[in-house]
Amino acid sequence: MKKIKPWLYLAPAILFLGFFMVYPLIDVFIYSFEEGYNSASQTFRGIGLYNYMYVLRDPYFIQALKNTFILVIITVPLSTGIALLIALGLNSIPKLKDLFQTIFFLPYVTNTLAVGLVFMILFKKTAYSEGLVNMLITGLGGSAIDFMDGPYWAKMFVLCFYTVWIVLPFKILILTSALASVDENLYKAAKIDGTSRFRIFTRITIPMISPMIFYLIITGFIGAFKAYSDAVALFGTDLNAAGMNTIVGYIYDMLYGNGGGYPSYASSAALILFAVVLTITCINLTISNSGKD
Amino acid sequence: MKIVLDHLTKRFSNRTKGLDDIIAVNDFNFEIPDGKLIGLLGPSGCGKSTTLNLISGLEKATSGKIWFGDDDVTDLPPENRGVGLVFQSYALYPHLTARQNIMFPLQNLKGKDKLTKEQMNEKVLEAAHLVQIERYLDSKPNQMSGGQQQRVAIARALVKLPRVLLLDEPLSNLDARLRLATREEIRRIQQETKLTTVFVTHDQEEAMSISDMIVVMKDGIMQQIGRPQDVYDHPVNLFVAKFLGNPPINVFDGKIENGAIVIGNERILEIEGPEDQEVYVGIRPEGFIVDESGPFHVNKKQIEIMGRDTSIVATHPNMISESIRIIVTLDSRDELPSTVGFRLKPGKVEIFAKDTENNIEYSVRESV
Ligand SMILES: Nc1ncnc2c1ncn2[C@@H]1O[C@H](COP(=O)(O)OP(=O)(O)O)[C@@H](O)[C@H]1O
Ligand SMILES: [Mg+2]
Repeated sequence: MKKIKPWLYLAPAILFLGFFMVYPLIDVFIYSFEEGYNSASQTFRGIGLYNYMYVLRDPYFIQALKNTFILVIITVPLSTGIALLIALGLNSIPKLKDLFQTIFFLPYVTNTLAVGLVFMILFKKTAYSEGLVNMLITGLGGSAIDFMDGPYWAKMFVLCFYTVWIVLPFKILILTSALASVDENLYKAAKIDGTSRFRIFTRITIPMISPMIFYLIITGFIGAFKAYSDAVALFGTDLNAAGMNTIVGYIYDMLYGNGGGYPSYASSAALILFAVVLTITCINLTISNSGKD
Repeated sequence: MKIVLDHLTKRFSNRTKGLDDIIAVNDFNFEIPDGKLIGLLGPSGCGKSTTLNLISGLEKATSGKIWFGDDDVTDLPPENRGVGLVFQSYALYPHLTARQNIMFPLQNLKGKDKLTKEQMNEKVLEAAHLVQIERYLDSKPNQMSGGQQQRVAIARALVKLPRVLLLDEPLSNLDARLRLATREEIRRIQQETKLTTVFVTHDQEEAMSISDMIVVMKDGIMQQIGRPQDVYDHPVNLFVAKFLGNPPINVFDGKIENGAIVIGNERILEIEGPEDQEVYVGIRPEGFIVDESGPFHVNKKQIEIMGRDTSIVATHPNMISESIRIIVTLDSRDELPSTVGFRLKPGKVEIFAKDTENNIEYSVRESV
């Protein structure tokens, strides 16, 4: 009978989570298989894989999938790597560490949309101005590029740049504290033995902070797969037209976008995203665990 | 390898802004003989680790020189000095096995010193054999006890055959029983390898028991260097006298008067030499012999029997410490009066000047 007590304590949390998380999850799952669902009459024609077929054949979804993958593959390693470099730099100048930590953290507490606006000003070409970045490019003898409205790669560049910028502070913060928590005596011991700086880095520093690096990579993957607001901040709400939609953007559009009202397609897309993120996270965890022993 | 510290000084700018520099090591000028185990002894913060770091090369001297034999190593980086260092916290690489930890220094060797895999394995086995941890070579540090980890750390420090072995409070993280065993182990390893070894500790008993020589320090200043028993028997000042010995020396306010050491109004020892003056009188706990007609009396508080030792805890109006401890060999059933009389063993009584706290020499006048 004692076993009941813990469940009683947990009951409010379980009920709450069940209602707001598990139930919608199941609902999404069901929606995704209901063909021809009509949200007004709440009826559907049949059950099957049609929604998935539709989504997977939808050029907008393919575009969103491609964009998301590019974003993930470029920004996760890049932001983690840059954050590590900066954290290492910060760690070697202890006097300035606190100050810099504050400065680098500012973008993190700044609103995404506000940062987006700044990026617009930096990159956008208007009738009156070429944008700061273009002024720089032309100043250096190049020709101006329309970053916000021009070629795909230019827009992708801005989106990746922006994403890296946004996630960098958090990663720097995590990595500087991870570096600071490495036992100083390990470095002293290594120094006594004449260990080269490179070897200290690869054989001591990296292994000691690898749990944190893996944490950042896993959460980075998940975060990048769920990207949406970043693209909106830069390219506005009609992301399909801009060719810069992401999977979550696609899901949103299916629900509420122009016309909207396709919860079945949205649900299928959401479950596809779920499957992708789950697979990648499992791969990541397997790799990080195999590194441990 | 003989180590010579030649007017060695290390100054740190204070970590608290605005305060004066800290002189962690102040004009150290002594010699550590070849093949001996030296105990660097002093209270926490007196500069022991800094001294060790200067010898290892982790810290650069502000002034002065360090010699290893005939080599001036003052400006050499640590890796060119040939030192092995063992830390209080072991500082083993937690993600590597004991074997990989011990091998780590060997893998750093470059050029003509580079070893083959077989040579490395052989050296690791030798070192592991010396500290007797062969069985644990494939364990990670967190699978080993503190004592085993410390042995691995010692093996790692020894594997490159250093000229000098440095140990910074290597036993402080171990529990009492392991501390004793590991202490003996360090002594044995030192005697087998005949390495010049510097052993840092704040525990006087530890230093006294395994060192060939001890160096007593206080506030960055070397107080005394010598064989443990000599330092114990002839402390140069009150600090050294108080720091060595457990239970500590009993200190009284006293004076020299008409050829005797006087505490209160009792002439406890007839001496010759020093002039009449106020002094501190230190009497070692083992310096008392119960004697009803003896010249010195204390007020008994209680009797403590701990294993072999019987100690009388007592008070005296002129004592400086909180209470007096006297170790006696007597049957616990013997009844003692509340005021106990003693004779004193002359070699166990020290006098110190009131101002400098330096030891004042005297000789005992044989009473007729
Ligand atoms: N890097 C440093 N910067 C400033 N002060 C230091 C530094 N290292 C040690 N000290 C100071 O030097 C003194 C001696 O320290 P240390 O050698 O570690 O003492 P011990 O090992 O005997 O406990 C202490 O007052 C300590 O605060
Ligand atoms: Mg220390």
